[in-house]
Amino acid sequence: MSESEERKPVEVLRTPVVLDYTYSAGQSSSRHLRAFGKGKLLGQRCPVDGRVYFPSRGSCPQHGVPIEGEPVELPDRGTIVTYSVNRVPSENIDLELPYAAIQVLLDGADTILFHVLGESSIDDVHMGMRVEAVWKPEEEWDDSVANIRYFRPTGEPDTPFDQYKEHI
Amino acid sequence: MAERCGIVGIGQTKHDSKRLDVSMVGLVREAALRALEDAELTWKDIDAVVIGKAPDLFEGVMMPELYLADALGGAYKPMLRVHTAGSVGGSTGIVAASLVEAGVHDRVLAVAFEKQSESNAMWALSIAMPFSVATVAGAGGFFAPLIRGYMRRSGAPEDTGIRVAVKDRLNALKNPYAHLHMEDISFDLVAASPMLWDPVRYLETCPSSDGACAMVFASEKLAEQTQTPPAWVHATAMRSEPTMFSGRDQVMPQASLDNAKALYKQAGITNPRKEIDCAEMYVPFSWFEPMWCEGMLFAEPNEGWKMTYEGATALDGDLPVNMSGGVLSSNPIGASGLLRFAEAALQVRGQAGEHQVDGARKALGHAYGGGSQYFSTWIVSSDKP
Repeated sequence: MSESEERKPVEVLRTPVVLDYTYSAGQSSSRHLRAFGKGKLLGQRCPVDGRVYFPSRGSCPQHGVPIEGEPVELPDRGTIVTYSVNRVPSENIDLELPYAAIQVLLDGADTILFHVLGESSIDDVHMGMRVEAVWKPEEEWDDSVANIRYFRPTGEPDTPFDQYKEHI
Repeated sequence: MAERCGIVGIGQTKHDSKRLDVSMVGLVREAALRALEDAELTWKDIDAVVIGKAPDLFEGVMMPELYLADALGGAYKPMLRVHTAGSVGGSTGIVAASLVEAGVHDRVLAVAFEKQSESNAMWALSIAMPFSVATVAGAGGFFAPLIRGYMRRSGAPEDTGIRVAVKDRLNALKNPYAHLHMEDISFDLVAASPMLWDPVRYLETCPSSDGACAMVFASEKLAEQTQTPPAWVHATAMRSEPTMFSGRDQVMPQASLDNAKALYKQAGITNPRKEIDCAEMYVPFSWFEPMWCEGMLFAEPNEGWKMTYEGATALDGDLPVNMSGGVLSSNPIGASGLLRFAEAALQVRGQAGEHQVDGARKALGHAYGGGSQYFSTWIVSSDKP
């Protein structure tokens, strides 16, 4: 090693981190995910204000009470309440650029679902657009939200802004 | 608030995309030593150290406060780590001030930092959740749909964000510590920059920075002994809310409004637009300037964009915002909140150099984080509370 190399500080050392972990979904999410595995969308009502949470979860984040009660089955269609067109690559995201990342309010639900738009030009995506789920072939299903490959436009008239504005 | 608390020392690093000339230790010491020098104090004068930074995954070093403690003079002293996502810098300042106000310590050093070049924050913010579909790419991917919601609700002119981006980069040219010094910044340059997360353009986005900020807080008696008059802490407030609940207003979170009301009540402020001389707010994407002008009650709902548009938030406007160049010009994430708080203190101490607002006596420091769910703010003044 030459003298100049000795004096050169070590500036960057790449040490990739790998995390292998076990995730326990919990009772409520497990029920929701197993339903997904059967092609069903299950929400649940907050006992305080009756609003339907989808995905269902064990407790209401606003009122701090358990969400028990019977699940509410929801249709696999809804309205885009807001979105962005993403042109930035990210190592964790396995989608072709550009894509429309959408927030979907399923009919009958009171919370939004993050998903992606397909079978549509990104120039056409807009707030209020009606969309429906396109599922993967059943043999590829797992207990996962990813069983829905994407949402596509239904061609129905847009939902008026006033009907979904409180979800933005 | 039992005891009065004054800010007697302020320091920050030169912020840059890669500070390869220093280690994480060197980075925080650069800021801390400048704060001590400003306060005319040494390490032994400090009773306790408060350290803040954003998620550890941003550098890949778990609990860095453990190995930074001795470098920050923390050996055998009380040391506390603060973490509230992007608002953490603000919370760090508030914790330090609270320790003095509560009479626990007489002099506290607060340090906040991020060395983004040591890992990949975009990756760390986009970890795929189990059993879900990953679509949200980094902070921009999360905030772009909210910005679209604001644009729709307010009907603001589409170039509002571009105007903010130009203003903040022009302010940064007056701040030697700012990461971005874009001599050629112009409306056309920002407008022509590519859409990253439509509707957010590249030049409407904050940079990734390495940097640190430090402040020294002192009890009333000690604060009065400094050569440069202190910035007095008049009020501090923190509020939070869940990321997701039904009917949540993502654009104008209730926690932001509650935080603003609590802050002004404590500070005895009834007309914030009039009584506050300048505000340094957390604006990582240009459209958050009009959004937080509303969130801090400077403007009526859906009218914050008018302040930007009419030049009220410019350095020579009636309520200058982000005199330092803001987060849009330097974003060492964990430090960004404390830098906002520090700029407010620099202004009321008359130490802001070329970006000094003439006669600033009362200033707001503001930070937010997470999914627009954590808020930390303070009011500082050249006058005693």
